[in-house]
Amino acid sequence: MTSYLLDTLKSRFPEAVLETHAFRGDETALIKKEALLQAAAFLRQELGFDMLMDLTAADYLPREPRFELVCHFYSTTHNYRLRLKCPVEAHDAAVDSLTPLWAGANWFEREVYDMFGIKFNGHPDLRRILMYDGFEGHPLRKDYPLKKRQPRMLHKD
Amino acid sequence: MGLETALGHSFLTTRLDEAVNWGRKYSFFQYPFVTACCGMEYMSTFASTYDISRFGAEYPRFSPRQADVLFVVGTVNEKLAPVLKRVYDQMCEPKWVVSFGVCATSGGFYDNYATVQGIDKIIPVDIYIPGCPPRPEAVLDALIKLQEKVGRESVLDRKYR
Ligand code: SF4
Repeated sequence: MTSYLLDTLKSRFPEAVLETHAFRGDETALIKKEALLQAAAFLRQELGFDMLMDLTAADYLPREPRFELVCHFYSTTHNYRLRLKCPVEAHDAAVDSLTPLWAGANWFEREVYDMFGIKFNGHPDLRRILMYDGFEGHPLRKDYPLKKRQPRMLHKD
Repeated sequence: MGLETALGHSFLTTRLDEAVNWGRKYSFFQYPFVTACCGMEYMSTFASTYDISRFGAEYPRFSPRQADVLFVVGTVNEKLAPVLKRVYDQMCEPKWVVSFGVCATSGGFYDNYATVQGIDKIIPVDIYIPGCPPRPEAVLDALIKLQEKVGRESVLDRKYR
């Protein structure tokens, strides 16, 4: 099945798009992480994807590249949806931040950083968002021990 | 407190206990520490159908300094644990704690990195209410059990600071 969105994306970034698939109108492109910011800017500025629905990650331990960053975009004008995924290696877990394009990426990226330890270059304020200061490790990584408990913090005013 | 402390366990203190406990157990002011879905059931217990005010506990105080009973209603996570401890410490004696629902009691099914596995890891608890969420009847039952417990206390038991 041909998809206008995926075909446009492939012809615009022939080097960077690793793989695409579409299942019942659910279009996904796997893209190199170096090209993520460019591709996202293209989606936003040329194709009208004005909304970042979600930005999250998945840990595929022991596969290498281990992580996958997942971004869901939506266009309120055209009613299109598109998913971009980026493989991220464990030894270089850093991706360009999407905050210059969508301000809403800020907290999503903080959450991904908190839970998976993926860093975002150019993020204005990359701190933990869900876990408390002093928490060690990243709990949604598959090698975080299920029963691990950490020392409780004292109340800070 | 006063004279009865000097007299120890005697006729005077037992009479005084009865009067003081009667006053305490039928006029609980609670602090609802509501963090999760159990809060709906808490509200329902307060609303007219179940009407907790029939038992003298109608008055939620949203200041720990004015409350007698701390209702911990819902999941308490590690980030919130220091806050719960602080709220408990701010309450004046005499004070009691009710753990409302399985999350507050044992962490419930949230056996993970983020959730405190029972608030008794942080503060002492008087009454545990099972259920996810507990029915209002269970909450009223717990309140009556707490009243019975308070009725057995002596004014000499508590340390006043
Ligand atoms: S015990 Fe059940 S209803 Fe109550 S807070 Fe936990 S999950 Fe929610």
